[in-house]
Amino acid sequence: MERLVVSDATVLRLAPHIVFRFDEARQRWIMLAPERLMLPDEQAVEILKLLDGKASVGAITDTLAGRYTEAPRDLIARDVTAMLQDLADKGCLSGADAH
Amino acid sequence: MPTPIDPPLALLCELTHRCPLRCPYCSNPVALERASSELSEEDWRRVLAEAAALGVLQVHFSGGEPMARRDLRELIAAASGHGLYSNLITSGTLGGEREITAFAAAGLKHVQLSFQDFAPDNGDRIAGLAGAHARKRAFAQAVRTAGLPLTLNMVVHRQNLSGLPQMIDMALELGARRLEVAHVQYYAWALVNRVAFLPSRRQLDEATAVVEAARTRLKGVLTIDYVVPDYHAQRPKSCMNGWGRQFLNITPSGKAVPCHAAESLPGLDFPSVRDGSLADIWYRSNAFNRFRGTDWMVEPCRSCARREIDWGGCRCQAFLLAGDATRADPVCALSPDRGVVEQALQQVESEPPGFVYRQYG
Repeated sequence: MERLVVSDATVLRLAPHIVFRFDEARQRWIMLAPERLMLPDEQAVEILKLLDGKASVGAITDTLAGRYTEAPRDLIARDVTAMLQDLADKGCLSGADAH
Repeated sequence: MPTPIDPPLALLCELTHRCPLRCPYCSNPVALERASSELSEEDWRRVLAEAAALGVLQVHFSGGEPMARRDLRELIAAASGHGLYSNLITSGTLGGEREITAFAAAGLKHVQLSFQDFAPDNGDRIAGLAGAHARKRAFAQAVRTAGLPLTLNMVVHRQNLSGLPQMIDMALELGARRLEVAHVQYYAWALVNRVAFLPSRRQLDEATAVVEAARTRLKGVLTIDYVVPDYHAQRPKSCMNGWGRQFLNITPSGKAVPCHAAESLPGLDFPSVRDGSLADIWYRSNAFNRFRGTDWMVEPCRSCARREIDWGGCRCQAFLLAGDATRADPVCALSPDRGVVEQALQQVESEPPGFVYRQYG
């Protein structure tokens, strides 16, 4: 197995065994992985909601840049890529480069 | 004002103490529960429903060997139906592809498979079962064929620690994405066999270096969780992240305990799920409130800056090593009882004695 390296061209989805959902008891979004609970912050929740297995990381960044016009696109791109790379390294994402 | 009690995050269902293995570090109590005292499928279904309502997010089906229960598939389906994230913690020595495929279809999310070593002969010797290692390898294959993520759990100690690099290679070869390298924790059977298992400081440091190098080399390929042996530490582990803070364990006969070793503590009347609701047990039982928070602490814990980081360490270890569950965990360098740990560490270079294998008394 190779490490999944996240770039602008990568198309990602949650790995099949990862659950991302709203938890009524705690009134917040949660992510469940093998024997592990992750509590994504507001920014991460927004990114995770855009992971549909179709949009590339670049397209997700464009969407966010459209929402937050005060932040420079390359700063958003850096944050998005770093967060998704971290999740990929934890085995939470599957994906491939778009051709 | 008392701190509000958060809902539990995880439920460990010890479905049975039955197991084909006889590991001398088994975390089950030395007084094992018989099959005749086990909760029924209906009881477990009720526990799972109540757990989900209480806010539990993850359920771990464990044992003994949980696959010794004929109703495991039904319980996985019930957990999944309640939105619980289900993990199977197994020795992989009962059943194979047919069972694991059915579990995946019932909604199982993840399998944690134990190995006793990378080397078949030493693995079988530690497990006390000939052929166990080969069955585990076949089981790992079946888990991957069923499309489920696989974690290997390697319990390490002085009699297998030198093989850590090969254990990591085995995890990769078997397609695991996650590896738990867990040093033996000294409770129950492991405490009986402590001299046979406790590694020296040198062995520990070598192992830690191997783990750190592998983490760098295998970033994004294999996640390695590392549980260190607290006897060599300066500060205690944050046992269960605090008593009654996140975690709830149900024994085969239905006793609710804050950790799997808590039954060793005297004077605590652990409630049974046969007699009351999980919510009552979690929020209102004396046993779960006994060591919650910091009010129960004595010095040096009481005024310690880390009292809400490590929560005084482990109550069971305080009782087992210092004879009093309210004292500081004796592994802490600040504990007046640290001497008992130092004494144990003096035996690490001696010839390891033979194992006392797990068995019904």
